[in-house]
Amino acid sequence: MGNAASIRSDVELTADVLVIGGGPAGTWAALTAAAQGASVVLVDKGYCGTSGATAPSGTGVWYVEPTEEQREAAMKSREALGGYLADRGWMKRVLDRTYSNMNDLALAGYPFPVDDEGKSYRRSLQGPEYMKLMRRRVRKAGVRILDHSPALELLADEHGVGGASGVRTETGETWTVKAGAVIIASGGCAFLSKALGCNVLTGDGYLIAAEAGASLSGMEFSNAYAISPTFSTVTKTAFYTWATFYYEDGTVIEGAGSQQGRSVIARTLQTQPVYARLDRATEDMRSWMRAAQPNFFLSFDRIGIDPFTQLFPVTLRLEGTVRGTGGIHLIDESCATAVPGLYAAGDAATRQFICGGFTGGGSHNAAWAMSSGSWAGEAAAVYAVTLGGRRERREPKGAGSERQVSALASAGDVQEWTAAVKREVEPFDINLFRTEATLTQSVGRLNGLWRTVQHALAPNASDAVKLREAQAMTATARWMYASALARRETRGMHKRLDYPGADAAQHYRLLTGGLDEIWVKPETAALSRLEVNQS
Amino acid sequence: MIELVSNTRCISCGQCVSVCPTRVFDESPSGVPVIARQDDCQTCFMCELYCPVDALYVSPHDHPIDAPGETALAESGILGSYREQIGWGKGRSPGAANDTSYLMFKAMQRTPGH
Repeated sequence: MGNAASIRSDVELTADVLVIGGGPAGTWAALTAAAQGASVVLVDKGYCGTSGATAPSGTGVWYVEPTEEQREAAMKSREALGGYLADRGWMKRVLDRTYSNMNDLALAGYPFPVDDEGKSYRRSLQGPEYMKLMRRRVRKAGVRILDHSPALELLADEHGVGGASGVRTETGETWTVKAGAVIIASGGCAFLSKALGCNVLTGDGYLIAAEAGASLSGMEFSNAYAISPTFSTVTKTAFYTWATFYYEDGTVIEGAGSQQGRSVIARTLQTQPVYARLDRATEDMRSWMRAAQPNFFLSFDRIGIDPFTQLFPVTLRLEGTVRGTGGIHLIDESCATAVPGLYAAGDAATRQFICGGFTGGGSHNAAWAMSSGSWAGEAAAVYAVTLGGRRERREPKGAGSERQVSALASAGDVQEWTAAVKREVEPFDINLFRTEATLTQSVGRLNGLWRTVQHALAPNASDAVKLREAQAMTATARWMYASALARRETRGMHKRLDYPGADAAQHYRLLTGGLDEIWVKPETAALSRLEVNQS
Repeated sequence: MIELVSNTRCISCGQCVSVCPTRVFDESPSGVPVIARQDDCQTCFMCELYCPVDALYVSPHDHPIDAPGETALAESGILGSYREQIGWGKGRSPGAANDTSYLMFKAMQRTPGH
């Protein structure tokens, strides 16, 4: 790594637009860039169509009929939960774009359910079907897909970002794509917690963006935990709306719940097991749940538990920024970052514009992914064309190549570093119930870890990917906790035990960035909507 | 976690090797892919959906287990059951067309607190 650009790669491609990540945001970005006439390459760390949080799951979508009353109610519903950090202008644009993209999906053949009266319902998507269709559409649009091809660094020159390089994990070959514009759509960071589909989401996009000079935003909103059976990876917190939570002896845990009561579950889990039973679902609801999300029942069916009538043990799995709202900071409505030629979309980008500091589940994230992906794709295509002939003369170099390499890391080293990051971000006592003292101590340990991991070099391609993940997770944790320390209040999902209330004087978004030295500062742009009636 | 590649069912199409997002399988000289990196399996069940002959079994556990054998899995109807529920495969229609999420959402709107 490092000088990858100056050494010839095994696979060398040129394109107008390079998309990093093949989930919802990346596929919409590739599709819309290609529709502008751009040549597009899409690289995925795994396989475009199965990778990421959406493909193995099912998701609601923030699809709202375009009547003033319904749109107003939709925008209002999450504003307080998000700590009034969202923006109505962005919300309106996302609602419009999501509405049109979902209708476009219907035309493209997505089999939306139809009721007895012939009405089609477009408020949810089943991941396997959705992402299989998106891959087919992307290929049909002439996009070149490189699967199993993680990006390890961006290429840049004095004009900005001009491509990326990485490895093909099946063969160990290296790849380089020179491009007029790059879109990072590689998802958030769930720290290898095995939350459904999330183990490819290790913050890689944040790190390569930061190396190129981009900022992040809202990284304090990074402590989402999802409810799952202890034995299973299937995270579907929304279904626990119909659960009652129990102690081992069968008595009810008062105050425990899927939305506001997750802290009670966390507190209880610190000392004893927690059990759940979906006993609040009616007979109708039970059959609807099954048809809506077959994946939810897979684990239960295979183990032989009826979740509606039997108690089963549950845990909380860290979803980090995947269902947090922090990510790469965007400077305008085209989803551009401050680095020329670099765009971000989906969970890789901040979702504060529509969610503020809290997102309860997939619905807003799904809408954001398809909307921001579309805007980034269109804008990146236009940007690449404006570069014109200058493109051919560029010789961008690895943006991470400043890093000095000092030690060869073994697979065991990388495993140990990964475990060390997880020890900082998974415990409720550090990440969920935050205090000045615990965060400061954790930042100290993470800074030490960063000094070790940043200089390491991997002996081969597959270890290089895992090393890069360890570096990205370490960096992500540092941005999270630096931001969490800077926000001396409780807002959105960010809970400070030492500052339990919201502080009107801190009603701003936080930016962060830097690698060796992390900085945090309030965003200067004024929020478009005043904080109201916070209780 | 992935526990079984059935060599009696496998037709060596290589789909599982391609579609696994965490690259758990490797091709092998026999044509039947091997589970080369079980530790990397994230239990997402996607390989089962893409296997055209239901030759794979992903146990619901996030760690390796002493999984039932192929005969037991086939007899209990587990092999291929998820693909059938999703409605993928010859002669089936996509389960997404029967997605009743909208009925859940309607009921939730009638429930106070949502």
